[in-house]
Amino acid sequence: MSDSPFIDIDHVTFGYDSRRTILNDISLKFARGKITAVLGGSGCGKTTLLRLIGGVHAPNSGRVVFDGEEINTADKAQLFRLRRRLGMLFQFGALFTDLNVYDNVAFPLREMTELPESLIRHIVLMKLNAVGLRGAAHLKISEVSGGMARRVALARAIALDPELIMYDEPFAGLDLVSMGVAAKLIRTLTDVTGATSLLISHDIPQCMAISDHVVLLATGGRVVAQGTPAELMSSTDPEVRQFVRGEPDGPVKFHYPARSVAEDFGPRMSA
Amino acid sequence: MNALQIIGQVVLAQLARWGHGALFFLDLLRATPSALRRFGLVVGQIHAIGNRSLVIIVASGLSVGFVLALQMYYALTTYGAAESLGLIVNLALVRELGPVVTALLFAGRAGTSLTAEIGLMKAGEQIAAMELMAIDPKARVLAPRFLGGILSMPLLAALFSTVGILGAYVVAVLLIGIDSGNFWSIQQNGVDVWRDVGNGVVKSAVFGVICTAVALYQGFETEATPEGVAYATTRTVVTASLGVLAMDFILTALMFSTP
Repeated sequence: MSDSPFIDIDHVTFGYDSRRTILNDISLKFARGKITAVLGGSGCGKTTLLRLIGGVHAPNSGRVVFDGEEINTADKAQLFRLRRRLGMLFQFGALFTDLNVYDNVAFPLREMTELPESLIRHIVLMKLNAVGLRGAAHLKISEVSGGMARRVALARAIALDPELIMYDEPFAGLDLVSMGVAAKLIRTLTDVTGATSLLISHDIPQCMAISDHVVLLATGGRVVAQGTPAELMSSTDPEVRQFVRGEPDGPVKFHYPARSVAEDFGPRMSA
Repeated sequence: MNALQIIGQVVLAQLARWGHGALFFLDLLRATPSALRRFGLVVGQIHAIGNRSLVIIVASGLSVGFVLALQMYYALTTYGAAESLGLIVNLALVRELGPVVTALLFAGRAGTSLTAEIGLMKAGEQIAAMELMAIDPKARVLAPRFLGGILSMPLLAALFSTVGILGAYVVAVLLIGIDSGNFWSIQQNGVDVWRDVGNGVVKSAVFGVICTAVALYQGFETEATPEGVAYATTRTVVTASLGVLAMDFILTALMFSTP
């Protein structure tokens, strides 16, 4: 196995329009076969980072390198080739609501391979078994809970045994039991398959428990800190401490920038 | 900003929208052969788009046939030409009302359904999921619906016209008392299969392209919010209906320019 990073984000700057920069000259490396968690508050560019890696958007400057190959979003053939090597778990599953659980997991196998249906059945049931939902194969998507839907989506994401699995907020909206199950699954899948895992979340305890490397992003798209979970937890940097402890105020202000209280409410209110 | 700049901006924005729509349509055409290779998906869409429009098409066709027969009878009796009723009803339905009214109903029933379906797939990130699975959503999702719409429209228009003629028969022959043999024979003599029926089929196929392409474009390009999807379905009905009416005038002028 090569020592080079599987994903290399090299001085990337990106904004959806010229008025707001989402990612500002960031450089990150995601190691092969490891779980890297990207943490940060809402709007700091975590999901945008996944989209850049998936080739949905092109960076304004800098480059995104996928296993040694720079992603060129204008090259559709390259994009499709690289995307065959990645699986993505969307925040709300993005399951196909007109298909049942079984057909959702079978979908990429039927679309991307020429495998016979009997073999597809075995693979689908194995993947569903890995996420504990073999018995739910016949259920409609409207019949599964949020946590189960996330696990179905995970089974679909790993159906083609991808080399890179990207998880967008896998713990959001889950109860504690489902959250623990999801975290354990991500760790087990990474260990068993050897896939490179990239985890986007703001759930500190779960990410710290299962990740090999953690990156902390701040609003404005800059990297505040990165290192092992233990290094971040013991950091003395005020911004890191505020985030990992969940303190409402600190270097990151609770209030969105606004006019003074006196200007908005009058001098008597501000007194 | 002066008036000239504002006009320039509006014109440029409109041209950009049309250009974007044209590129989408070309992409759709490029993706269509792949849908032909998986015809099962197209058949599923013909069922979803066509079969579920049957009730409104049959009910509307029957109603139009009833009313057309009554109105034509009153008008033709004035000139002593009531025996021409069957021919006039047939030509009106086959040449114009069948394709046009079916297309307008299609835009309202199936078009909005397509727009909402694609828009909600986008809002639920299903389209994005497909793209990240290296599956082209235009080929997998849009192209089968596009072909399904194009193939459904002539079938629905033919059904509309047939039911309309039968409705006219009920009013003209069974209620008013026009001779049944005359009702059918004047149609047999006066309606040309290629010029009248054939052109009607061509018209409805063209309307199928317009309605389905507009519905898919609005769904695919919608803002992925509840308001965005609602706005997109409204735009589908307005844009597709205006497109059908404009194209009907052009096609009629081309097809029936000589008596």
